[in-house]
Amino acid sequence: MTPMGDKRLSSDTNTLSVSVWRGDGAGGKFEIFQVPSQESQTILDVVVWIQQKIDASLAYRYACRVGMCGSCAMMVNGQPRWTCRTHVQKVARDNRLEIAPLRNLPVIKDLATDMDPFFEKWVRAESVFHPTGTRDDEIVRVDPTEPRRVEADAAIECINCAVCYAACDTVQANPDYLGPAALNRAWTLINDVKDGGRASILEAVSQEGGCHNCHAQGSCAKFCPNELSPITSIAGLKRETVKSFFGGR
Amino acid sequence: MLTLRLFMLQRLTALIMAPLVLGHLALMVYAIRGGLSTGAILARTQGSLPWALFYGTFVVAVSIHAAIGVRVIIGETLKTRGAVLNLLSLVFCGLLLFAGLRAVISVTMP
Amino acid sequence: MIRPHRNHPLWLAYILHRLSGLALAIFLPAHFYVLSLALTAPKDLDGFLHWADMPSVKAAEFGLVFLLAVHFFGGLRLMAFELLAWTKDQKTWAAASVAFAFMIAGGFLLRAI
Repeated sequence: MTPMGDKRLSSDTNTLSVSVWRGDGAGGKFEIFQVPSQESQTILDVVVWIQQKIDASLAYRYACRVGMCGSCAMMVNGQPRWTCRTHVQKVARDNRLEIAPLRNLPVIKDLATDMDPFFEKWVRAESVFHPTGTRDDEIVRVDPTEPRRVEADAAIECINCAVCYAACDTVQANPDYLGPAALNRAWTLINDVKDGGRASILEAVSQEGGCHNCHAQGSCAKFCPNELSPITSIAGLKRETVKSFFGGR
Repeated sequence: MLTLRLFMLQRLTALIMAPLVLGHLALMVYAIRGGLSTGAILARTQGSLPWALFYGTFVVAVSIHAAIGVRVIIGETLKTRGAVLNLLSLVFCGLLLFAGLRAVISVTMP
Repeated sequence: MIRPHRNHPLWLAYILHRLSGLALAIFLPAHFYVLSLALTAPKDLDGFLHWADMPSVKAAEFGLVFLLAVHFFGGLRLMAFELLAWTKDQKTWAAASVAFAFMIAGGFLLRAI
């Protein structure tokens, strides 16, 4: 009979050695926990288990736990992922795991990061809808097959999880860089017929830290859990700004 | 630290250099047969306006292009910014322009 | 050796492009200086060119031509991606750029030895 009296645990012979980053903005270090390995276990399951069974002071975020909200994003074995959608079997090596807070963001505590800089850059990129109509106007007809709408739709499913932001080395190297998510959203608005801020968006993404700092590393597209491609959106922004450079609208 | 202007400068100089690079590579593969000597080079290039224009353009374009590229590397690895970064970029551009044009003159001067 | 999140073709293309550019930027001033010896000290240039016939130097030249070709084809690939909106075949093109660069540099080497 195991300490918990749980049938599942008693048939289990494997233990995971999980290295978890503990600390805050001033610094920290990795702490190792021994966690029972289970079938169909996700990284989030592991983190929850540690906090519930071993150390209640472990800070972390999650919400939906089904891969819809993006709150549980963390660095798992050096790669940014949604922990609720990452199976331990897929990433553990020799039954070892390393879990750390998302890269490129200030740490509040342990695995919880401060998302403010991420959203500030969102706003700085003018990636906010610029309305052109009022409630008294007719609803704008947007044809979903129209080319610009197809472009916008390909990039619209971003849920601001910051995985791409954590994956990008240019974000790390250049504090001014607006980052893949903010620029990806800017691209959807450029292609939105209802948005009236095209000029201000192009201006915003052409500044220091704008889309021209993207070096096409492609880690954003590689790690986006929604399979979006910020690198493609940013290439679109580059094209539009180049056109405007030569006097296009 | 790249704005639209610097981005355009870098891309445009790259496009200008594309045919020049191909020409240079082809020339080198051709020229090195049987060994290279100062006399062999100068016999072809001395007093030649076409070669001066070809390599002069190449030097101007590469000075701008390389300076912007190095600017990005310095900015991203050493985290330099602002006036210091601008100064370093200009100095490197100037260095390449000076040395490069001097080299072009050295082999094309009559 | 490479950090886990960097282990994919596009990132490798990026770092190759950056490193080849940096190497070329370092090489250029030296290259320009040597050429200007034609004016100031032609005998020195001749001596240098003779020294450069050594196989190890030829190998280094192969390396330089390779770096130039890599940077050139990688740059074209990048600009094509940005201007022509290609997406999925990026990795193939990255690989093709390196292959082409090898070909060019190989051509140089075969002529040189």
